[in-house]
Order: sequence, then C-alpha cells, then structure tokens
Amino acid sequence: MTAKLTGLLRRDLALAYRQKAELMQPLIFFLIVISLFPLGVGPGPQTLQKIGPGVIWVAVLLSSLLGMERLFRDDFNDGWLEQMMLSGLPLSLVVLIKVAAHWLTCILPLLLVSPLLALFLNLTPPMYQALLLSLLLGTPLLSLVGATGVALTLGLQRGGVLLSLLLLPLLVPLLIFATSAVDAAALQLSYNGQLAIIGALFLLALALTPLATAHALRVSQN
Amino acid sequence: MSQLCVNNLACIKRDRLLFDAVCFSLQAGDILHLQGPNGAGKTSLLRILVGLSEPQSGSVQWHGAPISQDRAAYHRQLIYFGHKPGVNLALSARENLRYWCDLQGVAQPLDIYSLLDSLGLVGLEDLPASQLSAGQQRRIGLARLWLKSARLWVLDEPFTALDRHAVTLLKQRMQMHLGEGGMIVLTSHQSLEWAGQLKTLHLEYRI
Repeated sequence: MTAKLTGLLRRDLALAYRQKAELMQPLIFFLIVISLFPLGVGPGPQTLQKIGPGVIWVAVLLSSLLGMERLFRDDFNDGWLEQMMLSGLPLSLVVLIKVAAHWLTCILPLLLVSPLLALFLNLTPPMYQALLLSLLLGTPLLSLVGATGVALTLGLQRGGVLLSLLLLPLLVPLLIFATSAVDAAALQLSYNGQLAIIGALFLLALALTPLATAHALRVSQN
Repeated sequence: MSQLCVNNLACIKRDRLLFDAVCFSLQAGDILHLQGPNGAGKTSLLRILVGLSEPQSGSVQWHGAPISQDRAAYHRQLIYFGHKPGVNLALSARENLRYWCDLQGVAQPLDIYSLLDSLGLVGLEDLPASQLSAGQQRRIGLARLWLKSARLWVLDEPFTALDRHAVTLLKQRMQMHLGEGGMIVLTSHQSLEWAGQLKTLHLEYRI
C-alpha cells in the first residue's frame, strides 16, 4: 500500500513540475500583492510593520485559493479520479496524499519567499519567526479544508466563486489567530497560546477533513 | 455458481427512471454486450457495476457476496475503462501507464515500449498525451488491459475513435482474456461480430 501511495505522490509532483506555469501563478500573485502594498499605503516603516503580518496572511489565503481547484479538477475531468477510487486504496488516504502534494507544490513556494517579503514589510526577526511558525502550522490546514471545498464543488461547471464563499468564512479564525500571534511577537509577548490553537485546528482538520473530502468525492461520482 | 451476479438493479437520475429490474449473471469466459440508445443508462449501469455509484435498489454480487463487503478485493480483480479514459494530457503515454501501474500495485513490464509499439504508438511514447489524437489517447487507456491481470473487465465504449487495426487488436485481446476464464461487460453502438457466444442486454430509453 505504501508503494501505491508513494507512486501517487510521485505522479502529482511530476505533474506539478510539468505544469510550471500554472504552479507559478499563485506565487507571482503573492509577490505582486505584497510588493504593491508599500506603494499603496506609503513606505513608512512603522505603518508597514503594523500591517505586514496581516498583509502576508491575507495574500497567502487569496493566492492559495487561486490554485486550489488544481487539487481534484483535472483528475475529475480526465477520469483519473475514477481510477483512484477503483484502486483498492482507502479514499481518505488518497485524499491525504493529494493534499500533501498540493501543499508541497503550491504553498511551500510561498513560505520559501516569505523571508524576502518580511524584509519588504519591515518585520523584525521575532515577528518573522512568529509569522513563519504560524504559516507552517496554518497552511496545511488551508490545504486540508480547501480539499473538502474543492471536492464539494466538483460537480459544478464553474465552482470557483462558490468555493471562495465556502472556504473564506472557515479560514477567518485561522487568520485572526495567526496575525494575533505575530502582533504578540511584535510586543515581545509570548504567542504560544495562539500557535496552540492553530495547531489544534490543524490536528482537527487532519483527522476529520480527509473523511469528509472522500465522502464528497464519492458523491461527485453519483 | 456464477461469479458476477446482478439482482434487480434500478437507477433513478434526475427524477427519471433509467432502468429497473436489471438482472444478469456472468460465468468465467462470458462476455456481455450492453445495448441501447443514448441516455438509456448504459454508462450508469457500468458505474454501478464497478461500485462508483450506488443503485436505487438491488445489488451487485461478486462470488456470492455484495461488492460493498470487500471493495478492495473486488477492485483488485477489476479493470474499468470508462467514458473518460483516465489519461492525463500533460503526461506522456509511458508516464500515464507507469503511474497507473503504481496505483494498481502491478509491476510494470520491462517491455512497455513494445506494448506501446504494438498499439501503434511507435515514437510517441514520450510525447505529452495532449499532442496525440483522440484515438491515440484512448489507446493509452486501453493499454491497461495488457498490463494488469484481472478477472473482470468493464469497458465503456472501448471501440470509440479506434481505427480498424486497433479494433482487431482489442478484439484479439478480449478473446484471449475470455479464453483465460475472464469476464467482460462492455457497451458499444457498433454491432459486435463475435466468434464465440455473446450475451446481450438491451436497455430501453424511458421517458
């Protein structure tokens, strides 16, 4: 079974590598949004430092929504989803692999460029540390919840708008706790509490969303 | 005892009864040709048969037990070639088949090139499937029939978009599969010239 799952992961990674242009789209969007902010609100270091964490988190949320449909849309359209469902693998494990591949290919690049952007927005090292920790814990949650949303809207021709409407309210708590962690770091307070809540949300999503996603995928086949 | 047994299957889609009281059973070496006009529910029946969707009523039994009891074991013995061939257009023929083999847990043959050659994909093995014609893309999907040994084949319109040579090749492969004690359920709008015994089931279009 492990061999089958690693095969699936390899396929998704190879596919992402093959479709580099699509992969770059969220990253470029992310970079553009964040580099436009200093131009829009003025280059005052204090202002930028104040809004920086929020800007980065909102940009991560929006740019990850941009590539979210990639999770299952192609597989649904070309019939690979059916083949995966008939492979004898538990569908929730297949979902976990797809989510992991999505995180590695669509979200990890955003995290990799984030030090540069933290510099743009004048974040102090402790603030950046808090930001990075909140991103590391929070973005897998984004992929997990996103997968459920995508699976629910698969049967629709143009599910994009509905997908954003479904997902954004669910992701608001994540945004609030993540930015509050960075604010606490800016005041040199402890932010373990916020991280613990994000961690708990992540674990809850890790346990429950693969089941919900798998069920939604089965329904999409009916 | 028959190996695949379908009892009283009924399917309703968008408040329309597609079919009901569908019963048939297959023994080793049987081939069933599903006929009927467009929209009669042939594809829906095949999808219920492989376990992708649930029937309104009735059951599909594999070796005497409902397929929902041990899906993994049933799916190990099954190859489904659907309306959508499951071929990713960004990947090459070889990659598509390789990842399918990984997914099914079957070893890839060393001579995958000669298999693709015999299917008329000489020199196209490493091109992205998007550059191939519709028939060639379907051949990639059909190559699976040579890669995995399974008892039951469920084929939705396997002859669509294939040229005469490929149709002959596919029919030979199907004969061989039946000779080895396999079973086939397929839909096709072409009348099937078949050397051996052919079961047929006709679905009517209902309003």
